Amino acid sequence: MSLLELHGVTKRFGGLTANQDVSFTVDAGQIVGLIGPNGAGKTTAFNCVAGFYAPTSGRIELDGKTISGLTPEACARAGVGRTFQVARTFTSMTACENVMAAALLHERRVGAARAEALKLLAFVNLDHFADKPAGSMTISEQRRLAVARALATVPKLLLMDEVMAGLNPSEVREMVKVVLAIRERGIACLIVEHVLEGIMPIADKIVVLDRGIKIADGTPTEVSRNPAVISAYLGDA
Amino acid sequence: MKALKIMVGLGVVAALLPVATDNPTHLNLAILVLMAAQLGVAWNLLGGYAGQVSLGHAAFYGLGAYTSTMLLLNFGINPWLGMLLGGVVAALLSLGFGWSCFRLKGHYFAMATIAVAEIVQIVFTNWDYAGSAVGLTIPMTQRGWGAMVFADKAPYYWLALGLLVLTLLANWAVERSHIGYYLRAIKDEPDAARSIGINIARYKQIALSLSAFFTALGGSLYAQKELYIDPNSVLSTALSIKMALVAILGGVGTLFGPVIGSVVLTTIEELTRSFFGGGGRGTDTIIYAALIIGIAVFYPSGVIGWFREWQQRRKTKQSAPAESKNAPVREASVEEVAP
Repeated sequence: MSLLELHGVTKRFGGLTANQDVSFTVDAGQIVGLIGPNGAGKTTAFNCVAGFYAPTSGRIELDGKTISGLTPEACARAGVGRTFQVARTFTSMTACENVMAAALLHERRVGAARAEALKLLAFVNLDHFADKPAGSMTISEQRRLAVARALATVPKLLLMDEVMAGLNPSEVREMVKVVLAIRERGIACLIVEHVLEGIMPIADKIVVLDRGIKIADGTPTEVSRNPAVISAYLGDA
Repeated sequence: MKALKIMVGLGVVAALLPVATDNPTHLNLAILVLMAAQLGVAWNLLGGYAGQVSLGHAAFYGLGAYTSTMLLLNFGINPWLGMLLGGVVAALLSLGFGWSCFRLKGHYFAMATIAVAEIVQIVFTNWDYAGSAVGLTIPMTQRGWGAMVFADKAPYYWLALGLLVLTLLANWAVERSHIGYYLRAIKDEPDAARSIGINIARYKQIALSLSAFFTALGGSLYAQKELYIDPNSVLSTALSIKMALVAILGGVGTLFGPVIGSVVLTTIEELTRSFFGGGGRGTDTIIYAALIIGIAVFYPSGVIGWFREWQQRRKTKQSAPAESKNAPVREASVEEVAP
């Protein structure tokens, strides 16, 4: 049994089918990349797993329990952490308070939550910014802050939506380091990513979507040789 | 610790004010300031921390005033108990208020709160048992602390001060608990708040119920002070707007913002009233409107926000010459003598 299992997930918005019968799995401690051209339905699949959308049909299981159709807050309690394409940090709070707000899910004592938050800020290399207002941080810092915040909910699976988009090469390297360290902690990562040079070298598995349908999954090498993937990205020869 | 000492000091000075002055006009102004501050602080729980701007809080104020007064007049229930029950009634009815209004966001939420408050006002205006449009009068037959009725102003001053301190303490406790962090998270980014496991509907409702409870206590105190209530004095839309304005003017989401807002706003209101007299009816409303526009355009973060900005600017100005070795000595010394 895998940690996360999608069984024939379909999501329709009116007449538009954003995901059609998508099935894949994420094992515990794996880094899985979810890639595909624009409009492939990556973010929709992601939002289904995080509880922001209920699938039209199909089932999503985390650790053997069905989570599809649960609210986002219930999914967070079940062990799904997530980040957003735009970081969505709490801009009126300091970096530390952002992470504390999440740590309070499992630790209601504010002092203990603060201690936990400071540890996680150190983990994403932001400890020297603990008292900095989140609104005044750079994009790269806010992304890492959002990762620390998601980790504070003690997830089994962390969903990251384009955490590397718009970062410069050294910032991408820093983020890659963070993602690898998260796997070291035994937390599985499902990553939606456009920056292929960031995700390909570190992923254990790649799932490729195109126009709502899964067209390939496998190791990064297998996927990059797959003719269907090549034609989806480059067009038919 | 320093801040705590200043606060205790201010509290003691405030508590001694009735001893220092026996001018009833001044004391009455002080009572009005305290009562408006208390309402602003209560409003701030929902409107400030959780960012859900309500323009219908007069409903809770009126429910508090009517509950304690009707229980006193019809069943002889002591106003202290009546005040508490008024708070409970308002908190319970806020469940319906939240259920209907929290489906909406932002401006739409604010508009829905106006509608709900209007419904409450219409019900009380047409409800004969509650005195309808004529209102209810509390007799002065019993006086003293037991009956919460006094011939002079000073006890009302202490009651208003006590209620304000109580409401501030409640806000302070909320601000420091997980609820405070959750409310700010909901205000900043509702979707992100949900993603970290916050049930936003539940926490908005907690903020609303607490806010309704303390607003209703203020309403009961008003009834005991004026000994007369009618829908126009305790349920009007203008009252709802004033509660919001006090908090917004002072600084939303800050503990003492509404207190500062109340000092400024109530003083302006009373001054214009006495200055223009009977001929200037409505002048205070014009000043309200001008203030709203002024705040929205120039200082969306209120007096406290402006003060913090000013402090920040002063700090950076002071640290700049210290950090730079090339800074002229003369300039640095000028900064040192600056207050």
